[in-house]
Amino acid sequence: MHELSIAMSIVDMAQEEAFQRNVKVTAVHLRLGLLSGVVKDSLLSCYDMACAGTPLEGSELLIEEVPVEIFCSECQGPRPLSSMQWFACPQCGRPSAEVVRGKELEVTALEVRE
Amino acid sequence: MSTPRLLEVRKNVLKQNDVVARALRDRFHSEGIFVVSLVSSPGAGKTMFLEKMLTTTRRHNRVAALVGDLATDNDAQRLARSRAPVRQITTGSLCHLEAAMVRAAMEGWDTGPLDFLFIENVGNLVCPSSYDLGEDMRLVLMSVTEGEDKPLKYPTIFNSADVAILTKIDLAAAVEFDERTAIANIQAVRPGMRIFKVSAKSGEGMEEYLQYLSERRAESTSAAHVEIKP
Repeated sequence: MHELSIAMSIVDMAQEEAFQRNVKVTAVHLRLGLLSGVVKDSLLSCYDMACAGTPLEGSELLIEEVPVEIFCSECQGPRPLSSMQWFACPQCGRPSAEVVRGKELEVTALEVRE
Repeated sequence: MSTPRLLEVRKNVLKQNDVVARALRDRFHSEGIFVVSLVSSPGAGKTMFLEKMLTTTRRHNRVAALVGDLATDNDAQRLARSRAPVRQITTGSLCHLEAAMVRAAMEGWDTGPLDFLFIENVGNLVCPSSYDLGEDMRLVLMSVTEGEDKPLKYPTIFNSADVAILTKIDLAAAVEFDERTAIANIQAVRPGMRIFKVSAKSGEGMEEYLQYLSERRAESTSAAHVEIKP
């Protein structure tokens, strides 16, 4: 389980940002790709642990899950996967290993108070 | 208290690891070292496969290995029998290797010039997938005793790998391993992936993989030469 170390990185990152701007963080917005290797529920429970005893204690982690998209060379465009067990274009069925979206693990915004 | 406002930031959570991994990759390339990492579930035969690889490749190449393990140095001791330089990374409770651990392990380690460096990750099919270690090739190993649906259960790690190795192929008949299904499942989560069937014990299939490995290294070093700008 590596979600705790990921959660700690998120807290560190937010804390640093908050310190620099002299604000208090009430929520962290995170984009989480379904192919990032990080499990949402596990990350959420680890987040509370990681926040304990820090200025972020009591803040919320808001996760936006990013679906996986592959590039289909047949249809010439990005296509969402219909299943994580089948890396192929849902329209024409052509297999593709070219992942264009879904590996994100990115803090996008902080909700802050002065 | 003031009303909350939204502060836009854009920060990759694993940036620190990615930065270290990139620096490692640049360094390995400049030194002409081709780096191969190994991931699998515990007991899939990583250490045995690595031992065989080290023993065979060191006849004609300069090789070394880093071995990640939670607690013991048993694997490093086993691999030392190959007489290649081997260093253990004990991760404690951490379930995966990170680029900084590889960097730290390389410090002060006098291996001499190398052609290949092998990095054996902690036995785990989940956590290692997120961490770039600066490798050129990631191998995912799956033994015939594990069940053909492993790739479907762990699509992320199989998708993150470059090559799949089906290990313990000498046991395939005994466990009624359905090779076609296993291969179809790997291809479903990582279309086009090269798959090798090996038995590190009998040596079956090892030569074919090692041939592929040396071709890949040759490609990589010639590409590195092309990239050098005047």
